Amino acid sequence: MSVTTDRVVVDEAVGAPARRRRPRWAPYLTTARYLALFLLACFFLMPVYALIITALKEPAQVSVVRMWELPTALSLENFRIVWPDLQEGFVNSTLLAIPASLISSMLGAANGFVLAKWRFPGADFAFPLILFGMFIPYQAILIPMYDTMQRAGLVGGLDGLILVHVIYGLPITTLIFRSYFASISDEVIEAAKVDGAGMLRTFLFVALPIAPPAFAVSMIWQFTSAWNDFLFGVLLASREYWPITVALNNIAGGQTVPFNQAMASALLASVPTLLVYVVLGRFFMRGLMAGALKG
Amino acid sequence: MKRRLRAWGPGLLLVSPSLLALGVFVYVFLGWNIRVSFTSWRGQKPVYDWVGARNYTELFGNERFQIDVRNLAVFTLVFIGGSLALGFCMALLLEKGVRGENFFRSVFLFPMAISFIATAIIWRWLLNNGSGSSTAGLNRLFANLGLEFLRSDWHKTPSTWAIAAIALPAGWALSGYVMALFLAGMRAVPEELREAARVDGATEPRVFWHVVRPLLLPVLMSAVVILAHISMKTFDLFYAIDQGNLRIDTPALYMWFTTFQPGFYARGATIATLLLFGIAVVIVPYIWYSIRSERRQ
Amino acid sequence: MPYSRRGVLALGMTAALFALPACSSGANSNGGGSGNDKEVEVFSWWVGAGEKEGLEAMIADFTKKNSDIKFNNAGVAGGAGTNAKTVLATRLQAKNPPDSYQVHAGKELASDIEAGYVEDLTYLYEREGWKEKFPKGLVEAITVGGKLYSVPVNIHRSNLLWFNPATLQKAGIAAPPKTWAEFLTQAATLKSKNVTALSIGPGWTQKHLLENVLLGELGADMYTGLWDGSVDWKSPKVIAALSTYTKVLGFSDLKSAAADWQPALDKVVDGSAAYNVMGDWADGYLKGAKALKFKTGYDVVATPGSTGVYNFLSDSFTLPVGAPHKGAAEKWLVECGSTEGQDLFNPQKGSVPARIDADKSKYTDYLAAALAEWQNPQTKIVGSLAHGVVANNAWNGEIDTALQIFVQDTNVGKFADAVAKAYQANK
Repeated sequence: MSVTTDRVVVDEAVGAPARRRRPRWAPYLTTARYLALFLLACFFLMPVYALIITALKEPAQVSVVRMWELPTALSLENFRIVWPDLQEGFVNSTLLAIPASLISSMLGAANGFVLAKWRFPGADFAFPLILFGMFIPYQAILIPMYDTMQRAGLVGGLDGLILVHVIYGLPITTLIFRSYFASISDEVIEAAKVDGAGMLRTFLFVALPIAPPAFAVSMIWQFTSAWNDFLFGVLLASREYWPITVALNNIAGGQTVPFNQAMASALLASVPTLLVYVVLGRFFMRGLMAGALKG
Repeated sequence: MKRRLRAWGPGLLLVSPSLLALGVFVYVFLGWNIRVSFTSWRGQKPVYDWVGARNYTELFGNERFQIDVRNLAVFTLVFIGGSLALGFCMALLLEKGVRGENFFRSVFLFPMAISFIATAIIWRWLLNNGSGSSTAGLNRLFANLGLEFLRSDWHKTPSTWAIAAIALPAGWALSGYVMALFLAGMRAVPEELREAARVDGATEPRVFWHVVRPLLLPVLMSAVVILAHISMKTFDLFYAIDQGNLRIDTPALYMWFTTFQPGFYARGATIATLLLFGIAVVIVPYIWYSIRSERRQ
Repeated sequence: MPYSRRGVLALGMTAALFALPACSSGANSNGGGSGNDKEVEVFSWWVGAGEKEGLEAMIADFTKKNSDIKFNNAGVAGGAGTNAKTVLATRLQAKNPPDSYQVHAGKELASDIEAGYVEDLTYLYEREGWKEKFPKGLVEAITVGGKLYSVPVNIHRSNLLWFNPATLQKAGIAAPPKTWAEFLTQAATLKSKNVTALSIGPGWTQKHLLENVLLGELGADMYTGLWDGSVDWKSPKVIAALSTYTKVLGFSDLKSAAADWQPALDKVVDGSAAYNVMGDWADGYLKGAKALKFKTGYDVVATPGSTGVYNFLSDSFTLPVGAPHKGAAEKWLVECGSTEGQDLFNPQKGSVPARIDADKSKYTDYLAAALAEWQNPQTKIVGSLAHGVVANNAWNGEIDTALQIFVQDTNVGKFADAVAKAYQANK
C-alpha cells in the first residue's frame, strides 16, 4: 500500500485535510458533486412545490392533470377557508405535543443516564425490554389501551393522550439519551461521585447540563411523533380536544377531496413541525454526532 | 449490602416508573393480543375461549395474507435498500463540506417533519397513472422533460413489484434521516485515523474503504433497525394513497380492515402477533449484538 | 459542588410540566350515565360536501327545538367510514359509547345488536307512530327479531347509471343500454372511439358495480336470494352473471382507477368515460360541486336490467346502551325521524326521505323522480350489498377480500366458492 510521490499539497487556508495528491479531475468532481446535490434537492422539493402551488390555486384550476402548472392567479382563499376548521386542532395539538415531548424527553434522559452511567443489576436486561416497546403496532393494542385508560378515567381530555404519548415515547427517548450518555467519559461522573453527589444530583447538575444536543434529537422526534399522530388522538380525546390531524383527515380523507383545500391544510398543519426543525435543527446534527441514536 | 443497595438503588427507583408503565402498556397489552389470537372471537362481543393454533394455520393458508406478506417483503427490501443507498450517497456528497451545507441538509431532512397524511396526499397525485391526455403527476413531469421512457403505472402495475412504488414516498420521507445518521457517523471518525492512513500512502477512496467504512457499521445497523421497524408498521402511507388495492395491501392493513368493522378480532390479533414476531426476529439479535459489542469496548 | 443554573432550571421545568396536563382533565368522561341531558354527542362520518351541510341543517333545527341541549357533532372521515367505525367499536367495547351513532340500516347493525350495544327502539316507534310513516319494505328490512334498533333518516338508491348526453351523442349511441349484454356491445363501439366505457373507483365502488351487475342479470328475486342463502352462488346463472362482471370490468379503466367516486364521475363529466355506476349521492355532487344541469349536463337511468327495481340503502341513527345522555339522545332520534328534520337534511345530501309523508315540493329534478319511484307500490325494493343492507359485517368483510382477489385474477369459480363459504362461516 505504499505509493510515493513528490508533490504534497497542503491547503491550509481552506482548512481542508492535507492530501498527498490532487487529481487533475478534482474541479470536475466538485461540479459533479454540486450537480448531484442540486438534483437531489429538486427531488426532495418537487412534492413541496406541487403542494404549495395547488394550495394557492382556485378550485376551478385544480386538477391532477395540470398539477405542475403555476396558478394563473394567486389566491389565499384556500387557507382562509380551512383555517377555521384547523384552528381548534392547532391549539390542541400544541397543548399536546409540547408537554408530551418535554416530559418524555426528561424521563428518557433520566432512564438513559441511569442505564448508561449509574447501572443497577439487570440494567442490561432493562434496556432491551424498554427498547422493544418501540416496535409494537399501535392498532394491535387499541382495545386494551382504551379500556385501561377508560377505567383510569383518563379518556376525553388531553391528559390521557399526553400520558399515552409519553409512555410510548419512552423507548425512543431512552435510546437516544442512553446512546448519548454512553459516549461521555466516565471521569466526569466519577468526579461528581468523589465530590459526594448522589445519583439525583449527578443527573441534574452534571448530566443534564451537557445534554442539550440529545434533547434536540429527542424533542424533534417526539414533537413530530405527537404532532402527526392521528389514531390515539381521535380515540382518546373528545371532539373539542381533537388534535389537528383529525381535522386534516376530515378535510383530506373524506370522500369529496377538495384538493386545493387539502393541500392548504396539509401545509398549515406542517408549519409547527417545520418550525421545530428549523429552531432545533443544528443541535440535531450535533446531537447525532455526539452519539445519540448510534445504538 | 446496604451500601451496594444505596449505590444502585436510586437508579433503579428512577427507572422503575418507566419500566412499570411499559410493562403494562406494552407487555400486558401484547399478552392480551396473544391471548386473543388463541380464541375464536368474532363479532363485537369479546369471546375468550381456546381454539389452539387454528387461527395461525388458517391465516397461513389465507390467500390475502400470503399476498400481504409477499408485498411486505418486497416493500421492506426496496425501501430499506433504497433509503440506505440514497442516504449514504447524500452523506457522502456532504461529508467533505460544501457551500450551503446547512441548506442541503435541511432540505433533505425536512420531509421527516411532514405528517404521513400530508405526504400521502401529495404523493397520491405524483403517482397517478393516467395515460394519454390524462397523464399526470410524475409521469407528466417525465413527459414534460422529454423522459417519457420513465413513465410507469407505479403501484397499479400488474406485478408483484407494484408495492415498490410506495417505497418512493417512504424513502423520500426517511432518506434524510439516514443521511443524518451516516453523516454524523462519518464525521465522528477521528481525523488522526484518516491522516495515518494517508501518511501510509492511501488514496482517498481507500481511506474511506479501510478506515471510515468499518466504523460505520454500528450506524448502518442502527439505520437498518429503525427502517425495518418503520417498514413493518407503515400503515398511514398505504392507507391514504390507495386503500383496497390488493397490490399494496400489507399485514398491518389487513389487520386494520379485518378487525374493527367486520369484527374478526381473533384474526386481527393473530396478524398482530405474527407481525410482532417478525419484528422481534430482526430487532432482538441486533439489540443483543449491540449490547455485547458495547461490553467488549 | 457548584449548582448549575441550568440544573435548577431543569428541575423547575420538570415540576411545572407535570402540572400542565391537568388543565384539561375536566373534560374526562365519568363513564356511564351522568344523568344530565344538557348535551348530546352524535357520531358520524358525514364530513364531506353535501352531507356536512345536510347534517348541519338538521342540527340547527334540533337546536332550535331543544335550545337547552348542546350538540356535539363528532364526525370522523376517512376510509368510507372505517376510521369512525374503529373508534366506535373501541368505545363500545369499553362501554363508553357516544349518545348516538350513524349506521347503515340493515344487516350492518346485526353485530352490534348481537353484542347488546344498542337499545331496542320499538317503544320510540310506537310513541311517534313511525311504523305507519315509513314504507313497509324498509321497516321489514330493519326489524331484527321483531324489534327495531335504528331510526332511518334517508333513502339512497344504488342501481343508477350516470352519463353525459353529449358523450353518447358524439359516439352515435341512441340511448343507454337496457341490459348488460347491450352494454357490452356499446362498450366495444366506445372503445373503438377511444372512450372508456365505464369509469370505476376504489374497492367499494367495484363492489357497488358487482351488486348491480348481479341485480341486472339475475333479477330482483334471485338477487335477494343470494343474500339469504336460498340461491347457490355456484349455480350456472350466478356464474354467468359473474363472468359478465369480469367482462364489464374489462371495459372499465380499472388499471387507472380513480381514487374515489367523485374523480370517477369527473371522467364522465369531461367525456373521457361514457358511463358510471354510482348511487344517487352522485346527483348532489354533479348538481352542486360540478354545477351541472340535470338532463342537459348529466342524466341518469336505472342500471341495465333493473328498471322498476329500487336497490336501496339507508342511513340511520341508533341509541347505544349506556348512552351518557339518554334523554337528549332520544330527542335527537325524534328529530331524525321527523318530517322537518328529514326535509332539511335530504335535499342537501341528495337522498329521498325515509318518511312517506315528506314535503314533496322540496325535492326537485332527479330527486323528484326518485321519490316518486320510491313511493310507487309497484316498485320492487331490494337491499344493497356494498352499503350494509343485505350482508352482515363479517360476511361483507370476507367478500371484500375475495373481491380484491377476484378483480385481479378473474377466477369466477374461486370467487363464487369463497363467497359461499364465507356466508356459511359467518351466518
